[in-house]
Amino acid sequence: MTTNKRGLAQRLWDFFCSLKLTIFLLIGLALTSIIGTVIPQGPQREYLATIGETKFRIYSTLGFFDMYHSWWFILLLYLLTLNLICCSIKRLPRVWKIVSEPVLVMDDAFEKTLGNVREFKLKGNKGELKERIAALFQAQFAQPVVTEKDGEFHVFAQKYAYCRLGVYVVHFSIIIVFIGALLGSFFGYKAYVNIPEGGSVSQVMARNGKTVDLGFAVRCEKFTVAFYDTGAPREFRSILTVLENGRPVQGYQNIPIIVNEPLTYKGITFYQSSYGQSEEGALYHLSVRNRKGGEPRKLDVHPGERVALGGGAFISVMEATMDVRPFVRGFDGPGAQVEFTPAGGQPQSFVVLSGKYQDFNAQHGGDLVFTFDGMDQKFYTGLQVAKDPGVWVVWLGCFLMVVGTCMAFFMSHKRVWARVYDGGITVGGSASKNPAGFELLFDDLAEKVKNV
Amino acid sequence: MSSSMLFNITMVSYMVSTCIFFAFLASRSKAVGLAGTYAALFGFVVETAAIGLRWKESYDLGHGHAPLSNLFESVVFFSWTIILIYLFIDFKYKYRAVGLFVVPFALFGIAWAQLGLESGIEPLVPALQSNWLMYHVITCFLGYAAFAVACGISIMYLLRDKLEQNGSATQAGGLLSMFPSIKVLDDLNYKAIMIGFPLLTLGIVTGAAWANYAWGTYWSWDPKETWSLIVWFVYAAFLHARITRGWVGRRAAILSVIGFAATIFCYLGVNLFLSGLHSYGK
Repeated sequence: MTTNKRGLAQRLWDFFCSLKLTIFLLIGLALTSIIGTVIPQGPQREYLATIGETKFRIYSTLGFFDMYHSWWFILLLYLLTLNLICCSIKRLPRVWKIVSEPVLVMDDAFEKTLGNVREFKLKGNKGELKERIAALFQAQFAQPVVTEKDGEFHVFAQKYAYCRLGVYVVHFSIIIVFIGALLGSFFGYKAYVNIPEGGSVSQVMARNGKTVDLGFAVRCEKFTVAFYDTGAPREFRSILTVLENGRPVQGYQNIPIIVNEPLTYKGITFYQSSYGQSEEGALYHLSVRNRKGGEPRKLDVHPGERVALGGGAFISVMEATMDVRPFVRGFDGPGAQVEFTPAGGQPQSFVVLSGKYQDFNAQHGGDLVFTFDGMDQKFYTGLQVAKDPGVWVVWLGCFLMVVGTCMAFFMSHKRVWARVYDGGITVGGSASKNPAGFELLFDDLAEKVKNV
Repeated sequence: MSSSMLFNITMVSYMVSTCIFFAFLASRSKAVGLAGTYAALFGFVVETAAIGLRWKESYDLGHGHAPLSNLFESVVFFSWTIILIYLFIDFKYKYRAVGLFVVPFALFGIAWAQLGLESGIEPLVPALQSNWLMYHVITCFLGYAAFAVACGISIMYLLRDKLEQNGSATQAGGLLSMFPSIKVLDDLNYKAIMIGFPLLTLGIVTGAAWANYAWGTYWSWDPKETWSLIVWFVYAAFLHARITRGWVGRRAAILSVIGFAATIFCYLGVNLFLSGLHSYGK
């Protein structure tokens, strides 16, 4: 019974230490990850309407609509973590021994395992030769260690022994990244908030639907959007002020934030994300004149307001912008989409531009010609709000990962030995990577030993 | 002299280089092989100048940004990085035949950019106005380029392996004689991926850092992010396969080709077929 049990534990241990499992998990993760890039994630009504009932039921059971958080995907990630922990536990002690207890003595058996060995007949007794070769190693390679054994001196030197740990640094870094991600998901949140110009908020709605109290308030002083001549957006800018108990906080007043330049206060960061026109408070300025002559008349129109023009005609503004370039090619300046109802006629909808485009504006309106002079508009700014206390742990993990991969791939553990006896020296060397490169270094060193 | 003219010269140079490499396999003359490498080097120098000139042109237009911002610029830069990594491996290991299987990737890139893509210099939209753009794009494309080189070498491996297995190595000897040996090809494949993997890792990390800086989330399972992770998984599998019995050689070469296919999908396929945050203009 006990042997059976040990057998099972042993088999389980071997299973989790196996590289075949690693390859299986990595390829499995790669393949399953594709699903979530093909099936839209989250509640996408349009997509859901295109698939049948059965398909929908199968997909939801398998968690395909939020697959990166589904139990089986998380399980694969946990298995990979377990796998890399087991592999590291199994292999690290052996590698650690190579790093911490280097082989100081090159005996005959060990010499045979080395790819690079040279023998030199030299004048002088072993005591002198030992001093000279140690000095040579010191000058040309690395700090030597001298051991005396069986009447011979062994001089050993090594470089970059720690690079053998690179692989384990990478493995460890992946665990650190996971820990950082878990910290973020337990103690942080992602939220979104719209603030109208002049307005302030002290609560935000997190993605999980919970309302989060910021513990302070943020006021949007102003929002501006600028465009290139092509109509492509150039800059979205919010001016924010942080308020504690209704009072502006010193150093956090009128702070401009743009995309790629967020504002952080007390560990909570605000990112410029979107914007829109606030319905409240906008005021549109129009001019209207009669084609038959007379002075133009100024009109101030509120959103949704239907303004009587006399004689049974009405006008209302549907939407407006201070810059039409993104919407109408070849025109600039302010523009408005208006709905005009002529006396006794049907409502008609058209675009009115600034006074610069008289001919354009004269195309509509019957007896009347409208000009859009601009607007007192209010924007709201859309901010991404994030608190993630785990993010620095994630960066630490990423840093270790990059350092670890560089150690593992770009560095090589180089070792040289010299066995010194009366009238001669045998040198040997080995490297953990790039044998061809090491051979050059070794030949160069051997050449110098000849003349030592 | 405009950058567009220089890009044309680059395209011709890579074409000439490819032709010379063909001639090299047929002629088996070392001098011809070296000429192929020098043609690629010449194209590389011209392309470097062209990218620099385009950068300057962007300043002249008042936009002033590195030429790494739209599909045209990224494809051009991709071809530049492929030749950079290729020349590095060529000068280090001197297996000229590799050029025939790698330079065409760069040729295809620059030809597609010059003949089929919108090459206008556009100003940067707000999301791209960040120094992270440069760090992210450079590291990613150097990684991609190393994988392109590895893929070319793997195709050579599979070709040679197939011909040798059929026993037709003697008949095909003319072509194969200039190929490095199976063992060398396997090793070169590994070396190219050893260059690419840390760069891809750095590319993903800089991308995550930028996303966190611009949006407050370092990872949001956006299709581009996910595909970069898929590529990372495939090459991680490759690296672990190296130290597992039965996974060296042919299987490793196949994994390397699959890895590059995933890389190309991550780079282009995601934009063409899937939705996400990384649209290159349109």
